[in-house]
Amino acid sequence: MALASTLLFAVVAWFAVTNSPGWPRVQATFFSPSAALESLPDIARGLLVNLQVLVVGGLLVLVVGLGTAALRTLRGPAWAPLRILATVYVDLFRGMPLIIVLYLVGFGFPALGLQGVPTSPFVLGTAAIVLVYSAYVAEVFRAGIESVHPSQRAAARSLGLTHRQTMRIVVLPQALRTVTPALLNDFVALQKDVGLISVLGAVDAVRSAQIQVGQTFNFTPYVVAGLLFVLLAVPSARLADAVTARARRRQQSGSLL
Amino acid sequence: MSVLELRGIMKAFGENVVLRGVDLAVDEHRVVALIGGSGSGKSTLLRCASLLETVDDGQVLLDGEDVTDPRVDADRVRRRMGVVFQAYNLFPHLSVLDNVTLAPTAVHGRPRAEAVEEARGLLGRIGLADKALEYPDRLSGGQQQRVAIVRALAVRPRVLLLDEVTSALDPELVGEVLALVREVAGQGMTIVMATHEMGFARQVADTVAFLDGGVLLESGPPGQVLGDPEHPRTRQFLARVIDAGRL
Ligand SMILES: Nc1ncnc2c1ncn2[C@@H]1O[C@H](COP(=O)(O)OP(=O)(O)OP(=O)(O)O)[C@@H](O)[C@H]1O
Ligand SMILES: [Mg+2]
Repeated sequence: MALASTLLFAVVAWFAVTNSPGWPRVQATFFSPSAALESLPDIARGLLVNLQVLVVGGLLVLVVGLGTAALRTLRGPAWAPLRILATVYVDLFRGMPLIIVLYLVGFGFPALGLQGVPTSPFVLGTAAIVLVYSAYVAEVFRAGIESVHPSQRAAARSLGLTHRQTMRIVVLPQALRTVTPALLNDFVALQKDVGLISVLGAVDAVRSAQIQVGQTFNFTPYVVAGLLFVLLAVPSARLADAVTARARRRQQSGSLL
Repeated sequence: MSVLELRGIMKAFGENVVLRGVDLAVDEHRVVALIGGSGSGKSTLLRCASLLETVDDGQVLLDGEDVTDPRVDADRVRRRMGVVFQAYNLFPHLSVLDNVTLAPTAVHGRPRAEAVEEARGLLGRIGLADKALEYPDRLSGGQQQRVAIVRALAVRPRVLLLDEVTSALDPELVGEVLALVREVAGQGMTIVMATHEMGFARQVADTVAFLDGGVLLESGPPGQVLGDPEHPRTRQFLARVIDAGRL
């Protein structure tokens, strides 16, 4: 039934679009098979750049996010400066649009003209993405850390574990379990946002498409690049769904494992 | 010399002054039962004694050493005490065996094989040898609390602090946990236990201490404190407990 109604809707929508007066022109400029085929190799090569940013950036985000979250959960007045610094960082970069951070980092840093500051759009783009995403992920981690019952910490400390051991052996493993679905969702978002490094001139999938559009005045390469990003995101999105469903089932059965 | 001695312990949470100078000395092989109304500060006192909470004033002495001295490394002190709480004791992501071997290996640096062997022995003694590789959520509440007690014993503590270890349990599971505490006490472990189980306190404790208004109002042998209390407030408290059917 659900399948039938979905199909019916798709068919109706399909006819509505293909019978519209502008369709032939749209088809030629956005869905040209020959243009798609021609642009595919360059865009695929560009996508490799995006994948590199994704892998390197993703790993850095995990490390920086976790570190920031750990700083924010430190107690006691001695840690106040670090805690405040981490809070300011999170507030700043969670609030700022990624595109603006990209511009500021990507064009601001090289403009300083400092020795040793990298000027590659790949490096600067990755840095900007890491700055923004780490702020998000830090909050995800922090929520996870705080979701672990305080008695667990007390139990660990009472056994003589240090604060560090308590975090590493008792709190973080439990926190990670809770936040995995949220982390995967952020990862799906990251997969498409890596396409934004093109604004700095990195020749990634989006930039490759842009170059070809500029040469041919046919917009099909954008569609190709967009579809490639979708293909990239689908497996992680399904994985995120599955993990979320599993976490919910666990919660409903009242068990922590 | 007492194993554990509390001197003038004061503790407030903001405006709420919970402990106003508690003195208590616990000698080796002795069992002290800490009784008192809900909110009287029993848990707070045990948390202060186990250095999970910093005291505002007063001292905690473990084997005569002032462990509240800021120069003392609290982590090292906690290794010498065992603590069991009301609930959420076991680590849910670790197997029963790993729960028990964690402190011996990670804190005391004992070889894993040795710690595992000893843990299996301890689990065997409480009839849970076959649950060693299970995760805590597969155990009943009573089994979990018994594992928690065994985990606290695995580091061979100088003193065992028990905070109402049966009050989160279904009534039919209370007995097995109390039986284990009784056995541990019988083997000579020094114990301080906060409890609402007056009958159990009467049987097992050498001393019953009544915490009220932030001080230990009355303490002495169970027969005296529970049977013929001096203080009117102790009598009131016990009367309420009897009404609730717990004596
Ligand atoms: N971490 C805390 N922050 C603020 N107030 C606290 C904290 N822990 C305990 N208190 C307060 O201290 C008082 C004593 O609490 P405590 O848990 O020690 O009592 P208790 O005797 O163990 O009670 P119960 O029999 O219900 O367990 C209560 O008023 C409680 O609200
Ligand atoms: Mg309590």
